[in-house]
Amino acid sequence: MDSTQLLFLFSSFLIVSSAVNVVSSKNLIHAALWLISTLFGVAILFAILEAGFLAVVQVVVYIGAIAIMFIFAVMLTRRENLESGSQVNKSWPFALLLVVVIAAAIGSLMLKWDGMNTLPVQIAEGYDSVASLGAALISPDAFVLPFEVASVLLLAALLGSVYVAMNKK
Amino acid sequence: MIPISWYLFLSAVLFSIGLFGVLVRRNAIAILLSIELMLNAVNINLVAFWRYGNTVNMAGQVFAIIVFAVAAAEVAVGLSLVYSIYRRRNTVIADELDLMKW
Repeated sequence: MDSTQLLFLFSSFLIVSSAVNVVSSKNLIHAALWLISTLFGVAILFAILEAGFLAVVQVVVYIGAIAIMFIFAVMLTRRENLESGSQVNKSWPFALLLVVVIAAAIGSLMLKWDGMNTLPVQIAEGYDSVASLGAALISPDAFVLPFEVASVLLLAALLGSVYVAMNKK
Repeated sequence: MIPISWYLFLSAVLFSIGLFGVLVRRNAIAILLSIELMLNAVNINLVAFWRYGNTVNMAGQVFAIIVFAVAAAEVAVGLSLVYSIYRRRNTVIADELDLMKW
């Protein structure tokens, strides 16, 4: 058991316990704060996986923007009687059964795969994954087209959300 | 050294928790929160396969960045839809939004 494994176990415990709280807490503000804790655990995992840029983007975009937007939305749509009464719908036992079946199916599929004990490849000396990620995002031989499509998607989402939330009077 | 199975099982568990939340929560904002959990599970898998495969090929990380962008767009549009519905019908409970139910 080396230190990386201990860090992994710590962050996976953080992720799973806060994710359970996200789906089970009655108060939605608490659920959004537990989501921040989950996202932080995922950022730790990205750091363990040596994807430093993604770890920073996870903290800045997910925790800094998306989670705060959730808290704003919860506060804008608050009503007293929302937090009383059941937070789950009537068919939750059926949904629990379905989720257990799907998780068991994923698990059994993974156990059939013979690459499950693959260890991480050695990263070459002096290889900068952030620099090659940046080069891959703007290189015409690699991913410049999906990158531009993502920016068009973000623009469309920006205009669409402003239009939908606008007060048409 | 962590074998890849640890990441795969963690992301399967996280995906299942998120799926359960999407299926059972009544509040529309809570459903969007659970969708974020599922997207994060996918991202863990993508980055783990990048790290355990050929690290010179950046496809895994680029795909994770595209998932970030799609998640941001989904949250922006989803929350503005929820807010718009709240202003018109004064509810965010998914069961009560049965306008198109025959």
